[in-house]
Amino acid sequence: MKFLSEYRDPELARQYFEEIRRVTTKPWTLMEICGGQTHSLVRNGILDLLPDKITMVHGPGCPVCVTSISVIDEAIHLAQKQNVILCSFGDMLRVPGSSKSLLEVKSAGADVRILYSPLEAVQLAQQNPEKEVVFFAVGFETTAPANALSVIQADKLGVNNYSILASHVLVPPAMEALLSDAENKIDGFLAAGHVCTIMGMEEYYPIAEKYKTPIVVTGFEPLDLLQGILMTVMQLEKGEYKVENQYARSVQREGNRLAKDSIGKVFTIGDRQWRGIGSIPQSGYEVNDRYKRFNARLKFDLNIPLAEENKACISGDIMKGLKKPVQCPNFGTLCKPEHPLGAPMVSSEGACAAYYHYSHTGPAQTI
Amino acid sequence: MQHIIITPIQVQHKPFDMMLTCPMPKFDFDVITLGHGSGGLLTHKLLGSGVFDLFKNDLLDQQHDGASFSLEGNVAFSTDSYVVTPIFFPGGNIGDLAVNGTVNDLAMCGAKAKYLSLSFILEEGLTMDDFWKILVSIKETADKAGVKIVTGDTKVVEKGKGDKVFINTSGIGIMHPKAKIHHNNIKAGDKIIISGQLANHGITIMSLRKGLEFETTIQSDTTALHDTVMKMLDAFGDNIRFLRDPTRGGPASVLNEIAGLTRLGYQLRQSALPIDPQVEGACEMLGLDPLYIANEGIFLAIVKADEADEFLSALKQDSNGIHAAIIGEVTKANPGKVVLNSSIGGQRVVGFLPGEQLPRIC
Repeated sequence: MKFLSEYRDPELARQYFEEIRRVTTKPWTLMEICGGQTHSLVRNGILDLLPDKITMVHGPGCPVCVTSISVIDEAIHLAQKQNVILCSFGDMLRVPGSSKSLLEVKSAGADVRILYSPLEAVQLAQQNPEKEVVFFAVGFETTAPANALSVIQADKLGVNNYSILASHVLVPPAMEALLSDAENKIDGFLAAGHVCTIMGMEEYYPIAEKYKTPIVVTGFEPLDLLQGILMTVMQLEKGEYKVENQYARSVQREGNRLAKDSIGKVFTIGDRQWRGIGSIPQSGYEVNDRYKRFNARLKFDLNIPLAEENKACISGDIMKGLKKPVQCPNFGTLCKPEHPLGAPMVSSEGACAAYYHYSHTGPAQTI
Repeated sequence: MQHIIITPIQVQHKPFDMMLTCPMPKFDFDVITLGHGSGGLLTHKLLGSGVFDLFKNDLLDQQHDGASFSLEGNVAFSTDSYVVTPIFFPGGNIGDLAVNGTVNDLAMCGAKAKYLSLSFILEEGLTMDDFWKILVSIKETADKAGVKIVTGDTKVVEKGKGDKVFINTSGIGIMHPKAKIHHNNIKAGDKIIISGQLANHGITIMSLRKGLEFETTIQSDTTALHDTVMKMLDAFGDNIRFLRDPTRGGPASVLNEIAGLTRLGYQLRQSALPIDPQVEGACEMLGLDPLYIANEGIFLAIVKADEADEFLSALKQDSNGIHAAIIGEVTKANPGKVVLNSSIGGQRVVGFLPGEQLPRIC
């Protein structure tokens, strides 16, 4: 398929593998930030073909995985209200909150709908004036502009029965949290191409400089990832720590100004609880005062107690890159996609689910 | 006998509306009500002035509680229920699916369908127009497939207790004398063949779902496969080790099922999978794997290795096999697993899905 097959060319992939093997002289640990990248690495069988000296650890960039249990409880609480239509992206539905998932409350009769765009939720609110429509606005910087736009639109159209449950998380503060962790093992980053398409690359320069860690903005196709890995390893081998752009066909240094503007209009930055990692300062978007009447937390006066994570889940260690999914004693036994103990086993982009579904080292061998 | 007045109906031309070849009889009601399932006068009117006449055949005309007939030789018997939203879609409707689905289930056993039962659960409020269109489709699809509807039932549930129309069909078919189709016959080295492009039906339905609408020219692949299968059985007999129509769950689920049963490995080549570029694009956009998406008009065959090429070229001559391809082979390695060789040379396991495939966030 045009614009995809070019980035899946077997011969070019072979040449990249060879070149990566040729330039790698020391052991390096690289983290791909985004769950989409993890998914692609595992799905295309890239991990097995990289030289042994290169260890890929799978970062926290899966919104489903890092959305805290309490936020899911909030969404479930809202969905169970009589007059609420709760709209969500598809893969949030299966994530367990402290006692159940949105899919379970949907089966029990709650009006939970899968949408692709929050703008459709605004339409839904117009079509159902007697209902309250809430959009579960999760995701990284990538989904924030459309969610912001839905609020701007609802405001413009005077749609008062629309609100969003915002739980956006931001990549750069999470990278800093990982790098400043005493146990940090990460030598270099593949930054998330689509996040940078929106936000640009400016935020990454100080991080690369401060932690002397190369950051290569990377895409999602096999050749993108291989080139990103090669660029990072070449920097590491030379002792460099620059910010580079592998995904230049989509990412510009300043990002997408229009998208950033709409984010700036609607959201304010605050501390955010990350599932498995804990609270990271200044790492999330919340609806600002100007648009507070579209903030579902205020509108419904949500006051859900902070829920405890399942202690058997080591998702924090996995997202920090300290452990591989297969090193978890519960992987594939107590914890499976059909009854996940933690979020990385839920989303197809979660590291545990990716290993479970696709990897040779996973329990799929024993199915 | 009730006198039937036949008047042609106006057919609205929606993008995928079908032309009715049988005009709808004049009913004195526009929508289905609970009374139509009561067994009383309304039921009688609905069936008498429409259904019985439309499906008219010697066995149905017996007007008993069931059909009685004799059969010769080995038979296969299968049943399936059909629920789909929306009920009309490009390439077909729930009526076509209900006939073709059961005909195909029998074909996968190696049998040519002969008789079908047809049961409806209708939701109060279904328009007679829609119901008639479905009935006519069933009639046309059954005629085309050479099967008779010989018994049936209609129930009506309250509004909100169903989803317009649910259909169950059961079918009886006569086994092909050369058919020896069973997963126990699969051997390492056998080739895995798919008769057509993957995921057309599932993506068509998904493209119409509320909230996900996107434009494609893809159509559901719903079709009856038994003539194709009988022809292949004539020519290849028991060298066809296994057949299955990869409906919901797609070929990945079929292969996982037999991998578990046979304790053999099933190796697929990503580059060999026949997929329409539009379907591929939709899957990329939605984050879905075409290997798990439903099909309604293709089959997966496992064929003895040295017959596979000939099987493929014979299949490609058939209108249901134009896009057929050898997509992999059965191996001793990786017992119990389905493994895909990715187009860039890596490998991954293709496992069972834990639930419905859900479109991803970003």
